[in-house]
Amino acid sequence: MSEFFAMGGYAFYIWGSYGVTFALLGIEVVLLLKRKREAKA
Amino acid sequence: MTAQEIRWFWYASPQTFFPLAGSISRLAAVLAALFAVAGLYIGFFVAPTDAQQGEVYRVIFIHVPAAWMSMFIYVVMAIWSAIGLAMNTRLSAMMARALAPTGALFTFIALWTGSLWGRPTWGTWWVWDARLTSELILLFLYFGFMALTASIDERRRADRAGALLAIVGVVNIPIIYYSVQWWNTLHQGASVSFTQAPSMAATMLTGMLLMALAFWMYSIAVAMVRVRCEIAEEAG
Repeated sequence: MSEFFAMGGYAFYIWGSYGVTFALLGIEVVLLLKRKREAKA
Repeated sequence: MTAQEIRWFWYASPQTFFPLAGSISRLAAVLAALFAVAGLYIGFFVAPTDAQQGEVYRVIFIHVPAAWMSMFIYVVMAIWSAIGLAMNTRLSAMMARALAPTGALFTFIALWTGSLWGRPTWGTWWVWDARLTSELILLFLYFGFMALTASIDERRRADRAGALLAIVGVVNIPIIYYSVQWWNTLHQGASVSFTQAPSMAATMLTGMLLMALAFWMYSIAVAMVRVRCEIAEEAG
């Protein structure tokens, strides 16, 4: 398990990529749903 | 199904498109989740470690699909802009507005993940080579479109100005795509092309294509919700 997260020593680059990507997509969805509620769309 | 049965002009009206956009967004959201789970599973657990790069190559499962989407969304945005200019349809401009933020997001993700891959692989976060520079220009084109359409109060003038910017900017897309052939770039050439067999293992390619489908469905889902907001905000 810890071997998986270590990513052969590239953990920072792999999880930095995946973490930021999915965080940004999540933020876009949250902001959009907020806008949707306010616009009653 | 004949052309008459698909009622294109019926759905060209924002009011009639509104419920259809809702159905499309729900379906696309479900598909996006399914493709993402399958793509991540193959990307992390099935695809083998790369012989040259080790584990760091797994960044490509989001980097390449995000880069494809950044270019594809821009082309779709420019096509909607052109239709809007030519036919004066209000929904076209709304579609262009709905796509821009997601296109900008995928452009940023492509640059960000590319940087994180470049550091261990090339030894640098960034170089001003043709591929990276033209992709950065794409990000500024998206920002320019959003700033321009947001800064002009009169709706039709704003949409016309945005459409012109989007259409002129589309010249950057072939520059990004062919930059690795036209110039001597640090960025590698295309791993997947229409004319040659892919230069990677089949499982790697499968993971990448599944993630591309996931991002594609995500973009449709988000753009459809955003176009509903545009319609509701204009009516309300």
